[in-house]
Amino acid sequence: MLRLPAFRLRQPTSLAEACRILSGEGPAARVVAGGTDLWPNLKRRNQKASTVISLARVPELAGVRAGGEVRLGAMETLADLERAPALVTRYPALARAIGSISSPVLRNLGTLGGNVCLDTRCTYYDQNEEWRRSIHYCMKAEGRICWVAPSSPRCWAVQSADSAPMLVALDARVRLASSAGEREIPVAALYRDDGIDYLAKRPDEIVAEVALPAESDAAHLRTAFFKLRRRGSIDFGVLSVAVALRTEGGRVTDARVVLGSIASFPSPAGEVARALIGAPLTTESIRAAAQRSRAAATPMDNTDFDPRWRGQVTPVYVERTLRAAAGLDAADGA
Amino acid sequence: MPDPGIPPAGTAAPGEAAERDFAVVGTPFRRVDGRAKVTGSTRFADDLSWPRMAFVKLARSTVPHARIRGIDLTRAERVPGVLGFLTGADLPSTFGILPVSQDEHALARDLVRHVGDPIAAVAATSEDAAHEAALAIEVDYELLPTIGSVEEAIATPEPRLHGYADRGNLHKVVSMEFGDVEAGFAEADRVFEDLFFYDGNTHLPLEQHATVALPEDEGRVTVWSSTQTPHYLHRALTRVLGLPASHIRVVATPNGGGFGGKSDPFGHEIVCAAMALKLGRPARIALTREEVFYCHRGRHPVLMRLRTGVRADGTLTGQSLETTLDGGAYGSYGVASTYYTGALQTVTYRLPRYRFEAIRAFTNKPACGPKRGHGTPQPRFGWEVQLDKIAVELGLDPAALRLRNLEQPGTVTANWLRLGTVGLGSCIEAVVAGSRFRERWGRMPEGRGLGLACGSYLCGAGLPIYWNHMPQSGVAIHLDRGGGVAVFCGQTEIGQGSDSVLAAVVAEVLGVGLADIRLQVADTAFTPVDLGSYSSRVTLMVGHAAREAAERARETIARAVAAQLEVPAERLVFAERRVFDAADPGRGLAWEEAVIAAEARFGTLATTGSYIPPRSPGKYRGAGVGPSPTYSYSAAVVEVEVDRETGVWRPVQVWIAHDIGRAINPALVVGQVEGSVYMGLGEAMMEESAFRRLPKARSHALVHKFPSVLEYKSLTFEEMPPVTTYLIEEPDPAGPFGAKEVGQGPLLPIPPACANAIFDAVGVRIDQVPIHPHMVLKALEAKAKGRPPRHGPERFPEVEAELKLATGRKSKDGTMTERDEALRAGSVAVLTTKLEGKRGE
Ligand SMILES: Cc1cc2nc3c(=O)[nH]c(=O)nc-3n(C[C@H](O)[C@H](O)[C@H](O)COP(=O)(O)OP(=O)(O)OC[C@H]3O[C@@H](n4cnc5c(N)ncnc54)[C@H](O)[C@@H]3O)c2cc1C
Ligand code: SF4
Repeated sequence: MLRLPAFRLRQPTSLAEACRILSGEGPAARVVAGGTDLWPNLKRRNQKASTVISLARVPELAGVRAGGEVRLGAMETLADLERAPALVTRYPALARAIGSISSPVLRNLGTLGGNVCLDTRCTYYDQNEEWRRSIHYCMKAEGRICWVAPSSPRCWAVQSADSAPMLVALDARVRLASSAGEREIPVAALYRDDGIDYLAKRPDEIVAEVALPAESDAAHLRTAFFKLRRRGSIDFGVLSVAVALRTEGGRVTDARVVLGSIASFPSPAGEVARALIGAPLTTESIRAAAQRSRAAATPMDNTDFDPRWRGQVTPVYVERTLRAAAGLDAADGA
Repeated sequence: MPDPGIPPAGTAAPGEAAERDFAVVGTPFRRVDGRAKVTGSTRFADDLSWPRMAFVKLARSTVPHARIRGIDLTRAERVPGVLGFLTGADLPSTFGILPVSQDEHALARDLVRHVGDPIAAVAATSEDAAHEAALAIEVDYELLPTIGSVEEAIATPEPRLHGYADRGNLHKVVSMEFGDVEAGFAEADRVFEDLFFYDGNTHLPLEQHATVALPEDEGRVTVWSSTQTPHYLHRALTRVLGLPASHIRVVATPNGGGFGGKSDPFGHEIVCAAMALKLGRPARIALTREEVFYCHRGRHPVLMRLRTGVRADGTLTGQSLETTLDGGAYGSYGVASTYYTGALQTVTYRLPRYRFEAIRAFTNKPACGPKRGHGTPQPRFGWEVQLDKIAVELGLDPAALRLRNLEQPGTVTANWLRLGTVGLGSCIEAVVAGSRFRERWGRMPEGRGLGLACGSYLCGAGLPIYWNHMPQSGVAIHLDRGGGVAVFCGQTEIGQGSDSVLAAVVAEVLGVGLADIRLQVADTAFTPVDLGSYSSRVTLMVGHAAREAAERARETIARAVAAQLEVPAERLVFAERRVFDAADPGRGLAWEEAVIAAEARFGTLATTGSYIPPRSPGKYRGAGVGPSPTYSYSAAVVEVEVDRETGVWRPVQVWIAHDIGRAINPALVVGQVEGSVYMGLGEAMMEESAFRRLPKARSHALVHKFPSVLEYKSLTFEEMPPVTTYLIEEPDPAGPFGAKEVGQGPLLPIPPACANAIFDAVGVRIDQVPIHPHMVLKALEAKAKGRPPRHGPERFPEVEAELKLATGRKSKDGTMTERDEALRAGSVAVLTTKLEGKRGE
C-alpha cells in the first residue's frame, strides 16, 4: 500500500488560529480540507508537508448563506453543495458542475475550498516517487524539464477543478483570509496561466468563502455546464465548458464561455463570447460562435485521450453547451 | 471418463438432456464462500499477520535496460527499523513458469530489463520504514539501448535481452502450415486480406498481490500467497530456495481476482520466503498498484495479417494468419501465448487449410502473459471482423455466413484439434433472435448499429506446463463419522467460484447438503495437486476428479448399506441426506448412519479421484498448445450508438449466448458471462498498454504511461450496458455432468462485435482495439473525403521467410478424409519446425 509520510497535524478551532499557524509555519505547512487531493499528492510525494493544518474544526468555513447573493463556506462538502437548494434552484449549472466531480464517495469528503485550490494535473506528474524517478522528475517538482513541451520554459499542467470554470462564468468572488487580513477577489483573478504557480493567492492565505452574485442567478442568466471525460464517474475532465448568457429581447447582451481542464487555468473562450453578443440564440449563430472556440483550446499530451482530438471536438461541445443554455435542446450531461 | 448419466452428444435435444434429476447441479445456489466475501471475513493474503512480522519492500529498477554496476545499501541501512536486505547474489537461481523460459531472477543479478524490475529487498519492523529504506537504496546503472516495440526488436538483434531467444531479440519464431493454403486461395473466388491490431491490456484485479511467509522448525517454511497456481509456485520456490520440496508448503489464499495476472511465480513471492528464512521471522510483502502493473503478464499487444480465401457462396477455402506479439522483458507464458494466437482459429468455422506464422519479441517493458482468453482474443478479433467484411462484400447475412461454415461436433480440425460438442449454431440463433438481428442489421437509423461475433475457448489445456504423466487434478475425500464430508483439492478460488463447483459436485454425488461439506483447498502440503486456476480447466478437471472421488465414496457406503439393509447396492439412491432403496424409498438409512455403517465395516473412510485429459491427435511441434477435452462456444450481438460529430461511441445493449454444456451453478455461470462481457467491453473501448518514451536526446526513459487505477481506464458500472445472457445447455460427455468452461470464452466475441456494430452504425471500419473516439472520427473524416473509411494498422513487419518450412504432409488439397486416414494409420505428421536456437541461458 502507498503510505503517507510522517507530518505534524494541527487542528485549529477558529479561522484566526488557522491563519496564525499557517503564517507561522511558512511554506513547509499545508492546509487540508477533505484531503482527496492532498493525501494522494503526499503519498506520491509530489507534494511535501512537515505540518498539515486541518480546517475541519474551523466553524467560520462552514455553511451556505443565501440572501441576495449566496455565500458558500469553503469547507462545505461537494455532496452537500450539489444538493443545496440555493444552488439547485438559483445556480443549477454550478450544482451540476460540482456533481460531476470525481465520485459520490469522494464528494462526501471533498470540499469547495479544496476544489478551487486543486493542484494542476499532468500524467507526468500525478505519479509515484519511484515512477517520477524513472523520468528524472519534471519541472513541476524536483526536475528541470517539462516533458510535455521539452523546450518550453513553463509547466503546462492542467487546472482540472470542475467548479472553477463555472464559478468564473458566474462572476463569482472568493474571500481570502490570512493573519494579515482579508480580501475578496474575483475567482477569475485567483488563477494564473502557469502549471506550477497556478494560484494568485499567497501561500499564507486561506480560501474562506465563495460568493455568488445575485445577478448571476437563474433569474438573470441562462447557464449550462458540460464535462467531457472517459467514464461517467470518477474521471477528471479533459475538457469542460461553462456557459452563462444574459439575454434581452431575444438577443445576447452578455456572454461568458469558459473552458476547463484544457489549460493551466479556467480559460475564457473570449472570441466565442464576443461573437454571441448582439446575436439571437439560434442554431446558426451558436454554431458560428462555437467554431471560434477551436483557437481557444490548445490541449497538450498530458491528460487522457488524444490531444489533437480534444482540440478538434472542443467546438462541438461548446456548441452543444450553448444550445443547452439557450434551451434549444437538453444538455448532453456531464 | 464413463458418464452413465449423460447420453452421447447429439442424441438428446437441449431441453430433455436432464433426464436424470439433479439435486444441486443445475440449480442456482449461493456460492459457498459468498457470505465470508461480503461480510469481510475472507482472509486474503495481506490480511494475514503474525507477531514479530517483518515488512518487506522491493527496490525496483528506475531504468528500462541496464547493467547493474553496483548497489549501495549504506543510506538504507541507516533507516531506523531496518532488519535486513537481500540482493540478486542471495538468490542466484533462475525461475519462470515454462520449463523452456527459466529467465527470471527474484532480484536482478546483473541486468535489469524494464522499469520496475526488482533489484533489492529490504525488511523492516514497519511498512513505512521498509518503504523509506527501499527509496534509499542506490543503484549504479550502465545504460543499455532500449527496445520499445516489435519493430525495434526486429531492428535491434543486439544486445540481446536474453541469450536463449530464437533469434536476436525475437524470443519465439513459429511457422506451421496445415494443407496447401495457396492452393486453397487459388480455389477461392475472393481472397480477403486485412491488418488488425489488438493493443495490450492488464488484468486489474482489485486485490494487489501479497505474500506472507512463516519460517518453521527444521528450516522449513510456509508461504501464503495470492496466486492462481500454488503448485507451480511450489516448484519455483523449490528451485530458487534450494530446499527439498517437502520442506516448503504453499497455500494459495483466496484471490481477490486473478484473470491470469497471478498465474506466474513472482520474484516477490520468492523474496518473501527467503527473507523469512533469513531473518527467522514471519515476513509479509504487499504490492502497490504500481508494482502490480510491473508484475503485469497481461494481454500481449498483437499485430495481425489475416488472409482468407472464400468462394462466392461464402464457403471458406483456406486461411493464412501472421501475428507479432510484443512480449515484454521475460518469457512468462509467452511461448504458449504465441501459439495461442493461432491455435484456436480453426475451431469455430471449417477451415480446410490453415497456415500460421508468429513472432514474439522481447521488449523493455513488463512481461506479457496470460489474460482471460490467453492469446486468443486478438486473432478472434481479426477473424470475426474479417468475416463481417466478407459478409458485407459478398452480400451475405453475417449470421448465415457463420452458420454455413460451422464446424461439426467431434471433428478434427485442420490443425489437429479434436472438438467435442459444438453449440455455436444454437448460440448464434439465440442472440440473433434476441436482438432481432435479421430484422434490424443494416437497417438502423444512422448512428445506431448492431454487430455479431463469435468465439470459442478451451475447457482446460490438454497438457500440463511441465512434462509428466501424473494427474492434472486430484481430489481426496474423507468422511467423518458425524456425516461431515471433508474435501481436499489443490484448486484455487480466484473469485470464479471454483470452491462452489467442487462442493456442488461432491454434494450431488453423495446426496448431501452443501453445508455438510468442508473444503481444504490450494495447499501443497495437505491437498492433492491441481495445476491451478488457468486455461479454464478447473470446473472440468476438478469436477471429474471430485466426481470420481465421490463416486468411490458412494460405492463404499453403498456396499455397507446394501449389506445392512439387504438390498442390492445398485438399487440404492443417495439423496436428501439419505441412502435408500429406489424400489422402497421408506427403506433406508440417514446419511450419518450410512457413514457409520461403512466405517464400521471398512475402517476409516477416505477416497481419491483424479483426472488426466485425453491425448490429442496432433503430433507436430507446437501441437501441445490448443488441445483441450472440449471447447466452449459463444456468440454475441452488441448494439452501439455512435456520435458522428465526435466519434464517441457506447454500447447500448449486449445479447450473449454461451455454450456451457451444462451449468453446474447457473448463477455463477451468468456471473462469469457478464464479467467477461464487462472485461471485453473494457478492451474494446479503452484499456491499453500505453508506454511513454521520452525524447531520446534528453532521456533514456521508457515507462508505463499510467500505472494507476484512475488513469489506466477500464469500465465502471456507468458504462456497463444491459446484458441479456442465454445459456446453451447441450451436455458434453467430455465434461463432468456435461459441463464446459465459462470463465474466459464469453470475452472473445465482444471486441469484434463492437467493431462490427460501429460499422453498421456509421459505415467505418476500425481494425484495432481499443476503439478510441479519435479513431472513429478520423475514419469518418476519411469517409467524408472519399478515402477508405477505415482506421487501423497500415504495415506489417516483414521477417525473413527462411524460418518457414512447409508442412511435411504432402497433401494436394488437405481434405479431412486424408487427415482421418492419417489418424487411423497412427501416422505422425511433422508440420512445423524452427531454426535451431541456443537453448538455456
Ligand atoms: C479519484 C479522484 C478523482 C477526482 N476527480 C475529480 C474531478 O473529476 N473533478 C475535480 O474537480 N476534482 C477531482 N478530484 C480532486 C478532488 O477530489 C476534488 O477537487 C476536491 O474538491 C478537493 O477537495 P478537498 O477538500 O478534498 O481538498 P484537499 O485535498 O483537502 O485540498 C486540496 C488542495 O487545496 C488546499 N486547500 C484546501 N482547502 C483550502 C482552503 N480552504 N484554503 C486554501 N487552500 C486549501 C490544500 O492545501 C490542497 O493543496 C478527484 C480526486 C480523486 C482522488
Ligand atoms: S506540464 Fe510539464 S512541467 Fe508540468 S507537470 Fe507536466 S511534464 Fe511536468
